[in-house]
Amino acid sequence: MKNTLIKLQQICKGYDLPNGTHMNVLEDIDLNIHEGEFVSILGPSGSGKSTLLRIIAGLIPPTRGKVLYNGQTIEGTNPGVGMVFQSFALFPWLTVLENVKLGLENKPWTEAEKMRKALSIIDMVGLDGFEGAYPKELSGGMKQRVGIGRALVMEPDILLMDEPFSALDVLTAENLKRDLLELWTEKKIPTKAIIMVTHSIEEAVYMSDRAIILSRDPACVTADISIRMPHWRDKQDSAFSSLVDRIYSILTKKREPQQQEHIEEQKRKMEKVPEVYAGALTGFIELIEDLGNSVDLYKLAEQLNLTLEDFLPIVEAAQMLGFATIHHGDIALTDTGAEFAIARVLDRKEIFRTQVVTHVPMMEKITWILESKSNNKMAREFFLEVFEKHYGSEEAEHQLDIIIDWGRYAELFAYNEQAKYLYLEQDASNPLTDM
Amino acid sequence: MKWNGFIPMSNKQKFGWADITVILVLLSVLYLTAHFGEGMQVPFTAQHEPSISLDPSMLPYYAGRSLLRMFIAFGASLLFTFIYGRIAAYNRTAEKIMIPAIDILQSVPVLGFLSATVLMFMALFPGSLLGVEFASIFAIFTGQVWNMTFSFYHAVKSIPRPLAEAADIQRLSGWSRFTKLEVPYSMIGLVWNSMMSFGGGWFFLAASESISVLNQDIQLPGIGSYMAMAADHGNIPAIIYSIITMIIMIILVDQLFWRPIVAWSQKFKNEQTEANEVPKSWAFNILKRAHFIQYIQQQISTFLHDTKIKIQKKSRTIHWPQPPAIVSKGITWLIWAIVLGFVSIYVYQAVYEIVQLSWHELLDVLVLGLLTAFRVFVSTLLAVIWTVPVGVMIGLNPKFSRIAQPIIQVLASFPANMAFPLFIILYLKFGISMNIGSIPLMMLGTQWYILFNVIAGAMAIPSDLKEASTILGLTRWQYWKKLILPSIFPFLITGCITASGGAWNASIVSEIVSWKTDVLEAPGLGSYIAQATTHGDWPQIIWGIIVMCIMVVVLNRLMWRKLYAISEKKFKLD
Repeated sequence: MKNTLIKLQQICKGYDLPNGTHMNVLEDIDLNIHEGEFVSILGPSGSGKSTLLRIIAGLIPPTRGKVLYNGQTIEGTNPGVGMVFQSFALFPWLTVLENVKLGLENKPWTEAEKMRKALSIIDMVGLDGFEGAYPKELSGGMKQRVGIGRALVMEPDILLMDEPFSALDVLTAENLKRDLLELWTEKKIPTKAIIMVTHSIEEAVYMSDRAIILSRDPACVTADISIRMPHWRDKQDSAFSSLVDRIYSILTKKREPQQQEHIEEQKRKMEKVPEVYAGALTGFIELIEDLGNSVDLYKLAEQLNLTLEDFLPIVEAAQMLGFATIHHGDIALTDTGAEFAIARVLDRKEIFRTQVVTHVPMMEKITWILESKSNNKMAREFFLEVFEKHYGSEEAEHQLDIIIDWGRYAELFAYNEQAKYLYLEQDASNPLTDM
Repeated sequence: MKWNGFIPMSNKQKFGWADITVILVLLSVLYLTAHFGEGMQVPFTAQHEPSISLDPSMLPYYAGRSLLRMFIAFGASLLFTFIYGRIAAYNRTAEKIMIPAIDILQSVPVLGFLSATVLMFMALFPGSLLGVEFASIFAIFTGQVWNMTFSFYHAVKSIPRPLAEAADIQRLSGWSRFTKLEVPYSMIGLVWNSMMSFGGGWFFLAASESISVLNQDIQLPGIGSYMAMAADHGNIPAIIYSIITMIIMIILVDQLFWRPIVAWSQKFKNEQTEANEVPKSWAFNILKRAHFIQYIQQQISTFLHDTKIKIQKKSRTIHWPQPPAIVSKGITWLIWAIVLGFVSIYVYQAVYEIVQLSWHELLDVLVLGLLTAFRVFVSTLLAVIWTVPVGVMIGLNPKFSRIAQPIIQVLASFPANMAFPLFIILYLKFGISMNIGSIPLMMLGTQWYILFNVIAGAMAIPSDLKEASTILGLTRWQYWKKLILPSIFPFLITGCITASGGAWNASIVSEIVSWKTDVLEAPGLGSYIAQATTHGDWPQIIWGIIVMCIMVVVLNRLMWRKLYAISEKKFKLD
């Protein structure tokens, strides 16, 4: 086994919620990164992938646990890393050359030495001739080349990349991936390891030697898959697509232990709902029905041109409400789902209401509260406070928006956007009778 | 390896006319600074009072002295902004005190403090005019600095996370972070606010050059004193000369200083795509063409950089011992204790002074405050009434606004108090009471803020909304009610806040004015403070200022903030 470069020991990261409890984003992450590895970190949105990367970089401290670099616990910024950002994070007032030289700011070299070094890196990442250009003059792909150049010029042992290709169009991203892979596999750069956060399974399987898959709420390592195919990998290859399928099924698998939990406890915990509006969910189920009630998830995502971040919540919502099931990377409609897909508008609402009431305990509580009030009205603020106790303020807003959207679609209750309150419709002709 | 065009050394461009122009200008600026600066430390005693000559040939010299004051104050403002803003942005504990403090300071009428600061600085430099000089600079400084500091602080606080993280990962030192990230990121807002501040500074310059403290008239050589002297003598040609000089000076500063800076600062726009319309400046173009400037800049920065590295290499072996936590904590506590001590001493002294006033007088001042508040309100209202139609007309017509903007800019920078004599002549002639007459004087300086904001608001109305209104066939009244007024409302409120703040300040100079031997006076808090200052009556000065500060802060919190919050919530166009 090769030298261990980075060692994560029981990393936890959490935030205090307003009700005094503590919510963990990352829980007990143990991970070793070895010399010569290209590691991808995958996970559903909100799983804390980027947080984990920033903890490795030393940009944010873990609540508990240690990060070791070459056997030494890091304090503050990790001395062995360079980082590439999703949004490029270039300084718009500096030229390409000056941006790259920023990586050498702290090196004890003379100006001339720095200049030489920076120009050679610029050459290497294919920016020759753009030294004097400002970032705003460059296309997205070129900007990310500057970002990569700025990280590489420091000659870091470990290159961290936070979704480096997700802000680029498909062709540009493909081109940049190849160039980076070439630098890496042909050892043109002294980098000893690369850690990349991505939401594209295909990208991970194409580029890396090892895929770490995180779960959500809180994030734990659910799978650590080594990818042994030689470069350059063929995306049409059956081994390639079966690996992608396998990761898909890991990512979409419902967590088993949760179903065995005591029902009461589950209700008390208030399970999060996936952030998908009813309209998108309906469209998705119709589409599966069109495609013959069962379809391969990976192909579907590709066809819809959706990233994992957008795609997974829809799948999750369909599962949660009992419209679909997942089996080995294939999604299939349940009987209810099939019925829902072909129903007419009003019947569809009926089905949706039944499903939402059975599967989302929160809905029942909300209608109960509204019914028990004499004017059948309750301010959004009230529910928001309840939600905040469970999720934290930002997440609470999102959760409440989704719950309200589902409830309105199911015609369980109505909502006044201006005055921000939920109410029960008594008389369809005049919903504001007792204002 | 390729050396590119942006490195001027390799770029064998000739030393051209632009270089020569710039060198000549630099030399003359150096000489003038020395020349004007020399006059600052002449001795000053009761017998040896500097007198102002009304000879127009002296005007360039006076203008130069005034300009020097403005720039020193501006430099001090910048320095203060960077230090104060940075501490407030990074130190959570300090932030909690520092930000509310400047928020109050910026709404407090600076001119009320003028007399106090003059006496303080005179005590610091006994027998020299330098003390008065500093007091004047300090007055300009306090008029300029707050919004600059706010702008810098907000910019530093809102640096996008990726940029801050990139700086961390690159392990930039504090200084590099400051020069490469914080200053550039805040540049656009800072330049804009500096321009506004500098424009407003002329007013404080004119008010602070010539003042009476403790029954003593002090006049610093400068354009403000020239104007005051001309008014005392009733010399109308001299008044006109000084107004012309002032206008020329404002235009010159704009063309030679601000335009180039605005054009240069465009590169700090935090945008990822190229903008269509870029501000231009002929002076900046000359500077850009002067290659030797870039060459020298390159050489100096390389030299500084290499020297720094060399020193760092040597000092790397030395380890400075960290003071133990107890010591640094102790020092912090000590500083707090000292600050608290001083604060309580002065609060005690102030209270002691105020106690000397009778209850009757204390209450009287409150009534005077209400009178002035009423005038401030009326002046703001009148300004709104004329600026809304005019501003909307200018804003909706791009051709018109291109001509009108620079003219309004000059008018706005022109210190209102220098136009007072012209108004007073009219008042004397037609026997207009200062009770009413002081309102136009207040408006003179403050209406421009409202006008600027209304124009900006009208320009920001999206053209599709205008087209939609046309298609919907809205009548003129509906058009104003449904589109124009709601969309300019937030801008209008912003303008009114600045204008009414300015009007309070202006009340100190506009409720009591003199022409030759006539003194026109309106009862109000402004004239009360002005008179107390002249007589050197400390209890009155302190109480007057306290009442004014409280009124301004209370009005701001109770009225303007609320209106602003409503406008932000309801009428913001996104």
